[in-house]
Amino acid sequence: MSTHENERHPDFGHVAPLKALFGTFGALLVLTVATYGATYIDLGPLNIWIALGIAVIKGSLVAMFFMHLWWDGKFNAFILICGLLFVMIFIGIAMLDSAQYQAELIPGYAPAIHP
Amino acid sequence: MSDSQSSSHVDSAAHAANPNLQHHFDSMEQQYESGKLGMWLFLVTEILLFGGLFCAYAVYRHNHPEIFTYAHQFLDKSLGGFNTIVLIVSSLTMAMAVRAAQLGQRRLLTTCLALTLACAFLFLGVKFVEYEHKWKHGLLWGKNYEVQGEMAGATEALMIPAAPSQSGSAADVDPNATILPRAARAPEGLAAEVGDHGDGVADAADDHATHGLEPKNVHLFFGIYFVMTGLHGIHVLAGIGVITWLLIRSLRGDFGPDYFAPVDFTGLYWHVVDLIWIFLFPLLYLID
Repeated sequence: MSTHENERHPDFGHVAPLKALFGTFGALLVLTVATYGATYIDLGPLNIWIALGIAVIKGSLVAMFFMHLWWDGKFNAFILICGLLFVMIFIGIAMLDSAQYQAELIPGYAPAIHP
Repeated sequence: MSDSQSSSHVDSAAHAANPNLQHHFDSMEQQYESGKLGMWLFLVTEILLFGGLFCAYAVYRHNHPEIFTYAHQFLDKSLGGFNTIVLIVSSLTMAMAVRAAQLGQRRLLTTCLALTLACAFLFLGVKFVEYEHKWKHGLLWGKNYEVQGEMAGATEALMIPAAPSQSGSAADVDPNATILPRAARAPEGLAAEVGDHGDGVADAADDHATHGLEPKNVHLFFGIYFVMTGLHGIHVLAGIGVITWLLIRSLRGDFGPDYFAPVDFTGLYWHVVDLIWIFLFPLLYLID
């Protein structure tokens, strides 16, 4: 961490190093271009998982460095991860249910997956 | 949490003098850590709120891939990408603002907050251009979805959902007409779509080619698009309000190494707004 003589550091809380902030910023820009570029390659059903994977990496970078979780007490990260787990359980179970029979309830409702 | 506080060096006499210390906290550090914990709990409720919308997105996209493939072509990838970069820049300036507040760099703090605010307005400006375009062309939710122009009548006929009792009408619509490959051949731009089929297709049900161009229930996509980006936009608006308040307080010189919690917590909120856009952008604009 670069410390200038005239800067006063706080007694509590972590001051993010400039290197980490600009590094995160650069990585986010590169990954944005990557996710944009990936749409020009047709990988079929893999495309959405690549897009989501890149989004998860970008989100983790934002949470860890811009949001200080990397340096914080671990309890805040624990709260975030619990929240994300519940979102995944919610979407996962809804998708299981949806994939089971919903498309067949109304004829012609989901022509692409259940003609 | 209390363990870490008791072990850290807390000069309670000096901190008690801080006018920003609320009476129910022992020290500025305890106040800061408590506030931060509360902020994280709030942010998790925000993620759960958007989680409901992402769930709706997942269910509809799973059941109607042809609608998403078709309709996302009406979104401008470049504008969406530009807005993504605007939000990333604003996240950096917000993180820099927190750092400046912590180090007592008042001028840098004000500059960073002003830049963040400018990015937020730029984001909403681009969003306005996008919304206006969709509004003008009738690319809206539910019953309001009505592609403007000569195509309007034919589009309406396509939107009638096939109810179980009317098996006849479901049979009229060639199921192959709505599967992915055909829908994917949709025109590149809206103008082409409206213009190409304007020559009075009175009985659209007879013309399978017309059905092939547009799947049923395209309004579902725009319903999801407007709710998700709209709620996100409301969060940007709220962020603008809070950052304006911070800017005024920073000009007043309220923040420094002893008191930077409001800047820090607003930063956390702003990063969540950025985080949600990071997922919205590929899911809405970059399908295929």
